[in-house]
Amino acid sequence: MLQIDLWKRLTIWALVIVGLALASPNLFYSRVESHNDAVAAIEKSGATPEREAAAASWPNWLPSGLVNLGLDLRGGAHLLAEVKVADVYASRLEALWPDVRDILRPERDTVGTIRLQPSPAGELRVRISNPDGMARALELVRGLARPVTSLTGAGSNDLDVSGQGDELVVTLSEAEKQATDERTMQQSLEIIRRRIDEVGTREPTIQRQGSDRILIQVPGIGSAAELKEIIGTTAQLTFQPVVSRTTNADTTPGVGNELLPAMNEEGVYYVLEQAPVVTGEELTDSQPSFDQNGRPAVTFRFNPSGARKFGDYTAANIGSPFAIVLDDEVISAPVIQSHIPGGSGIITGQFSVEESTNLAVLLRAGALPAGLDFLEERTIGPELGQDSIDAGKLATGVAFVAVLGFMWASYGLFGIFANIALVVNVGLIFGLLSLIGATLTLPGIAGIVLTVGMAVDANVLIFERIREELKTARGPARAIELGYEKALSAIVDANITTIITAIILYVMGSGPVRGFAITLGLGIVTSVFTAIYVTRLLIAMWFERRRPKTIEV
Amino acid sequence: MRLRVIPDNTSFDFFKRWKLWFGISGLMIVLALVSFGARGLNYGIDFRGGTTIRTQSAEAVDVGAYRDALGALGLGDVVISEVFDPSFGPDQNVAMVRIQAQNEEEAVTPETISQVEAALQGVSPDIEFVSVESVGPKVSGELIWTAVEAVVLAIGAVLIYIWLRFEWQFALGAVLALVHDVILTIGVFSELQMKFDLTTIAALLTIVGYSLNDTVVVFDRVRENLIKYKKTDLKDVLNLSINETLSRTFMTSFTTLLALFALFALGGDVIRGFVFAMIWGVFVGTYSSVFVASTVLLWLGVKRDWTKTEAEADAKKNGSSV
Repeated sequence: MLQIDLWKRLTIWALVIVGLALASPNLFYSRVESHNDAVAAIEKSGATPEREAAAASWPNWLPSGLVNLGLDLRGGAHLLAEVKVADVYASRLEALWPDVRDILRPERDTVGTIRLQPSPAGELRVRISNPDGMARALELVRGLARPVTSLTGAGSNDLDVSGQGDELVVTLSEAEKQATDERTMQQSLEIIRRRIDEVGTREPTIQRQGSDRILIQVPGIGSAAELKEIIGTTAQLTFQPVVSRTTNADTTPGVGNELLPAMNEEGVYYVLEQAPVVTGEELTDSQPSFDQNGRPAVTFRFNPSGARKFGDYTAANIGSPFAIVLDDEVISAPVIQSHIPGGSGIITGQFSVEESTNLAVLLRAGALPAGLDFLEERTIGPELGQDSIDAGKLATGVAFVAVLGFMWASYGLFGIFANIALVVNVGLIFGLLSLIGATLTLPGIAGIVLTVGMAVDANVLIFERIREELKTARGPARAIELGYEKALSAIVDANITTIITAIILYVMGSGPVRGFAITLGLGIVTSVFTAIYVTRLLIAMWFERRRPKTIEV
Repeated sequence: MRLRVIPDNTSFDFFKRWKLWFGISGLMIVLALVSFGARGLNYGIDFRGGTTIRTQSAEAVDVGAYRDALGALGLGDVVISEVFDPSFGPDQNVAMVRIQAQNEEEAVTPETISQVEAALQGVSPDIEFVSVESVGPKVSGELIWTAVEAVVLAIGAVLIYIWLRFEWQFALGAVLALVHDVILTIGVFSELQMKFDLTTIAALLTIVGYSLNDTVVVFDRVRENLIKYKKTDLKDVLNLSINETLSRTFMTSFTTLLALFALFALGGDVIRGFVFAMIWGVFVGTYSSVFVASTVLLWLGVKRDWTKTEAEADAKKNGSSV
């Protein structure tokens, strides 16, 4: 009566064996970890004897997936950054002013003189002295608008242009703002990823969250401040026309201009036009180098559109100075000697070799398109993580032994079957965690301990039911059968409701809480599997061999 | 000889004093709400923003000296508490320093943190900063809403599931039991002024899951017995069902508590608050599935005509025994 088809038996055993095999590397955590690191290193940059040795410490044919340890267990830094996407609107509009000026200038007869007005953020205001020409001015400026290139914004233009009295107001359209935000986010993610990769830490997590946030988690890094330094160095490179040079820090730069200090000359300031000729975004390459006098310098190369702008500007402004600006400081302001057509050049300043190397790296990685606000930051020291792992191991061990002992004392032989299932269950949780590459956090360990406590629930339900059925049913085999059958609906309902809460925790939670939801959810799945199938198979095997007339549960 | 937590055949009358139990639950809920209203929750930085720094030093923690050192920096509200744990070694003296949010939106600046660290190093030169966590008010405001949403969503989802699997009276009984558990847990956190943060929310949701687990097992048996004993009084059916599942209820609560107590004693201080919430939840959840959920069911009454389900069950039974 306790018939289980052979194929079912084989499937159950196969699942158990595969699960335990996947879990096994975690027993040799540090060895497997160094093996994995070595394999990755060999793939990336070739073999060395040490790497070969490390790779050989764990056989290649064995599974080598490990449970990732969360930041709270391994130590490291966590940052939640908000990208100030609106920054980009302002620079877009700033860059538009020269175009507006150039298109209106030939029409001076109709629109009169044109003048840039102090504009609030997100607007470009231009006054024309002859308001009667507004219609013509609007027509011309609207001609500058381009169709938005995005799926949602198809059919609309990137600029909204309107007239208010004698002022022309240019703003970005909603569709363009959305498209710009999307680009800004993609760029920011890419740049942060590249910067963190340059430092070469293990398994960083760089994820977009919501519309304008980025989550960055880097295990093993000393502090969140250090991480901020790596990603927060903006390296905004621009080339701007110089209006004048001064030593007075209180100079009023005038509308459309800005006052920036010189990097290497104390007390020297430059008044620059705000709209840059070219920006670092159009750089394709940058390398540390030396100038003709043997001093450290940095070379750069523009992409074709940057090269054209740079070429045109240098051709038109021979003899006047222009400034190379890095992060709002003027590195140097050389005078243009001749037309520079090739789109490449060299930045000289008073650099050390190290500074020039760093600058080249930063320029190559590109500037962040917008500033970042750090909304959340956490640093966990590795010692605290290790303490948590140790405490978690001890607690899990003790919980395990206590529950095993209690089950054995309560249900005897059947309790031992349940205990075997429980051990398999924890193995399967680790197997699944390794398989999907989930992250184990401290609350995750608590989830496993809780699962240990709750996993026996399904077996308890079944065993209690078998006890009841033994009083009425014909013979032990039938009682076992009925026990499993009748307990099933309670087990299913009870576990589905818990799964629902686990899913909600996963969706709504973040970080450690999510880790808890994962182990809780996986624990429910594996515990139902082990309680229903594994113990049943064990009991069936025992029953077939012994054929007992009576059983005690 | 088997260990028995609960004797095999019990026949307790769980509803003889149902008014008393209801009264106790009602009173507890009122007390919890009063405590919540009067004292409020001791929100962690997840929910109110700010910075916590965990320090560790070989020499004993001098809370007064720490406070003096940090008071000079003018950072506003600073709370310093020493942390004790049996797992700490003799030269492991741990304190938690909490500083209020310094800014409208952002987390703390590195400059502020290095100021604080320098000040504390002045008091205790060998001090280490094993963890530094900072949450800006902008995120903490959102986190609190997400947490409330999560709890409400979980309870709502469960309401619908039980309604579909059972009847609306069952769903209402189960959900009232859950609300009872959640309110009492919040009450304990506000009365003891324990730190209430994101992990507490996780604990709260697990309590919801656990309590429900218990309630559903009892309800499942009620449904079965309602079909079996059509003429019996609802009260007797409920009593019988609770008695029949009592052994299981205690076994499961006991094994879960064994595991949780192990974690409470040995799992370290970082998750102790979390584990405390769960232990409390197991007690309240077990109590509420018997005394709240079932009593509500008795009070509302249930439909007694399960003929359709019964016919299906019979058909299934006949089919399988042939």
